[in-house]
Amino acid sequence: MSGLRYVYAICRPFDAALQAQVTGVDGAPPGQLSHHGLIAVVGTVPEQDFAEEPLRRHLEDLDWLSATARAHQAVIDALTAVTTPLPLRLATVFRDDAGVRAMMEERENSFHRTLDRLDGRVEWGVKIHAEAEAARPAQEAQKAASGRDYLRQRRQRNKAHEEMWESAEKFAHRLHGLLCENAEDARLHAPQNSALSRESGRNVLNASYLVPRSESEAFAELVEGVKGDESALRVELTGPWAAYSFAGLEADDEAADGAVGEAGL
Amino acid sequence: MTVVERREVALVDLLDRLLAGGVVITGDLTLRIADVDLVRIDLNALISSVNEQVPSPFEDLL
Repeated sequence: MSGLRYVYAICRPFDAALQAQVTGVDGAPPGQLSHHGLIAVVGTVPEQDFAEEPLRRHLEDLDWLSATARAHQAVIDALTAVTTPLPLRLATVFRDDAGVRAMMEERENSFHRTLDRLDGRVEWGVKIHAEAEAARPAQEAQKAASGRDYLRQRRQRNKAHEEMWESAEKFAHRLHGLLCENAEDARLHAPQNSALSRESGRNVLNASYLVPRSESEAFAELVEGVKGDESALRVELTGPWAAYSFAGLEADDEAADGAVGEAGL
Repeated sequence: MTVVERREVALVDLLDRLLAGGVVITGDLTLRIADVDLVRIDLNALISSVNEQVPSPFEDLL
């Protein structure tokens, strides 16, 4: 058999059936591999696409990456409806079931601890975008009458920009602090590149928050509530996600806990 | 969950989680393709190739 095993997630055994229409990466419906009280949710993928070399090439193909990421996400989403999955990094592939079992056995304890920690929790994403254009006073569109006018206008424009970024940062720190108080854990992602996100303005906060399902509604309302606070800033909420950003096993935790927000609070 | 209407998830939000989050498993049996650095390098190459075509809007700010 020339198929490899693609592992989506590790979870505890669950009774409910996955939605029938969920197809995984490469169109193959995911199955379950049970070992020592844990379940690996796996699919079979062709070696010609997922062996090291072809995968490396594929990852540079945005269309392929996009289709694969969405298929992976669809499986994790379906799992999230019935249990709390521990999602694996995209494109985690093993040669065969024995390889998957060996991995599960080797990490058994840490899987159990992480599943305990994430049980009943979801991840919410919050982003803030600052609109550069909104900071520019309208009269700047006027043509400068002289060189001196031009320099003055330029200084004013730079000052307006500086003040705008300063207030955007302050707002981001404040919101991050507030959300941290209402979440069990938080992770800061690198700001998103506007060319990739196709969002206008600069991304000044890109964070994930770990929130118990039962408190999700209140958390979402908290974010919705600050949306109109600053006219030049756009606050965006995404989720609920499976706890991707918090799935790192214990060893990762300290390194991933970087506190961007703290310095300015 | 009725608070937020689910929209199509943006690819960039998905990649933040799928390429930087999730459990990383490395070892002989994984063919070493789950290696985080490998995936990051490829994504960075992708991002910088996109960047070259789109000048930064902040270039005039010193």
